[in-house]
Amino acid sequence: MNKTSAKIDFFITVLIKVSGYSAIFFVVIIFYFLLSQGLPALNNVPLSSLFSDRWYPIENYFGLLPLISGSVIVTIAATLIAVPMGVGTAIFIGEIVPRWVRELLKPLIEILAGLPSVVLGFLGIVVLSPMLRNTLNLPTGLSAFTGALLLAAISLPTIVSVAEDALDAVPKSYRDAALALGATRWETIWTVTLPAAQSGVLTAVMLGVARSIGETMTVMMVTGNAPVLLDSLGVFFSPVRTMTATIAAEMGEVATGSDHYNVLFFIGIVLFIITLIVNVTASSVVYRRGQKRSEKLLS
Amino acid sequence: MITSSSLLIKRQRRQKIGFVALGTLTFLTVLPILLILGYIIYQGAPAFSWEFISASPSNGMKDGGILPAIVGTIYLTIGTAIFSVPLGIGAAIYLSEYAPDNRVTRLIRIAIINLAGIPSVVYGLFGLGIFVLFLNFGTSILASSMTLAIMTLPVIITTTEEALRSVPQSFRLISVSLGGTKWQTIRKVVLPQALPGILTGVILGLERAAGETAPILFTGAAFFLPQLPNSPMDATMALPYHLYVISTQVPGMPIEIQYGTALVLLIFVLGMNLTATLIRYRARSKRQW
Repeated sequence: MNKTSAKIDFFITVLIKVSGYSAIFFVVIIFYFLLSQGLPALNNVPLSSLFSDRWYPIENYFGLLPLISGSVIVTIAATLIAVPMGVGTAIFIGEIVPRWVRELLKPLIEILAGLPSVVLGFLGIVVLSPMLRNTLNLPTGLSAFTGALLLAAISLPTIVSVAEDALDAVPKSYRDAALALGATRWETIWTVTLPAAQSGVLTAVMLGVARSIGETMTVMMVTGNAPVLLDSLGVFFSPVRTMTATIAAEMGEVATGSDHYNVLFFIGIVLFIITLIVNVTASSVVYRRGQKRSEKLLS
Repeated sequence: MITSSSLLIKRQRRQKIGFVALGTLTFLTVLPILLILGYIIYQGAPAFSWEFISASPSNGMKDGGILPAIVGTIYLTIGTAIFSVPLGIGAAIYLSEYAPDNRVTRLIRIAIINLAGIPSVVYGLFGLGIFVLFLNFGTSILASSMTLAIMTLPVIITTTEEALRSVPQSFRLISVSLGGTKWQTIRKVVLPQALPGILTGVILGLERAAGETAPILFTGAAFFLPQLPNSPMDATMALPYHLYVISTQVPGMPIEIQYGTALVLLIFVLGMNLTATLIRYRARSKRQW
């Protein structure tokens, strides 16, 4: 090795190392900036105001509960729709249909993953919500329900692809053993393959949930944006407003450094922490599973 | 024997019903995708003309084209690529070729997962806080591009790392045994072999950036600009934001223009998706190992 190439090697190694560490740097600096802009809210806005049920920033009402309940209701509803469809689709294309059908359906579902959320929001406004208003006879089609339907569509591709990977990772010998014992393919799926893949499927569900909580444009466009506290199930068919939509809708109009500005960053902190917990838990489930399998291989 | 065979028939019938049920769920998942694509093409096609993609909006955006939004999205995509591609590929090289299996590496992986999970609107907040206000870039293409770049980083890192790892270890051993340094091995052997996979990942990451609205909302997107941006310090119109604006903020907007804008955005994004798929497909069929 001559001197210049050794020098180049050293220099490049440093650059590569720095970019490798950059992910940690970005997470830290994102969290730091959210904290520095959001924490003053705790100082300047009384806690009783933050935990009240009224969000009306113009008159200094900063109750977060309606926004949190808005996020929670659309996320739960979207998950209830998306999980059976997503896991069902994953089983169908991963375990039941021939290979060529799978190769045909997978890119199609990837297209859904690539659709900009603003396009889904647009269709929600011009097609879905008038349709729901007419068929369900509602005063408005811009509701939590409409948001949940579209959020389900947004989280579906994540759920399908992660769940399908999990099913795919189950060794073929498991299935062969069940089939050899006389189980039908259907029984094999339910009693062997799915239980073996359960941690991966759980990860899929959690990532889907994280996707729903964080989605912004679609919910802002179709949920009607009324910060109402969820007190009965009827709210489900009326307008709500999520945490993400509140930030997106109001950040453009606030004065930098005002209470309102700080509270919007505070909501950002809440979202950051929720998605952090969900994503890290989801990935550690996968990690544990990987470990278990290697232990099995060694024993 | 009669009972056991009738039991078998029962079990097979259950299987049939189950398969049909799952098939129905899959159908319900896939059908809306086709309907969405078909409907936007059908409704958007009438608005689609040379003028629509080559002229600026006129008459309060109710006439004319959407050129500034198209150009803006192209600028933002290029700007995002300038920051995220070198950094993302560098990080992937580190994880695949250098990183020891220790706690710090695990921390990097957790950080990447975390970056991938941060809601897009929180990226918007961060971009506003650091690039627009703290670093004083103002609402600009630069601030938006940097925000989008950090957001796309995890996609690029993960897919590139996967592509690098799929290059057989023996390739590296041969290069090193011939006297190649670690970097020479990476540059001359590993990277060229992994190139199609890297390109696929980069395009998929940028596709996400091109379609995003929330991160550019307060960092660089403009409601309406009479002329094209002149420098990276200018704000810009962008296709996704424009679609948001004309479908929610402008009353009396002709519906064809809205569908037309959605169609152009769809062509832009799905075109990138298709390119990535084709590269992956060609590389797979050409691969010798």
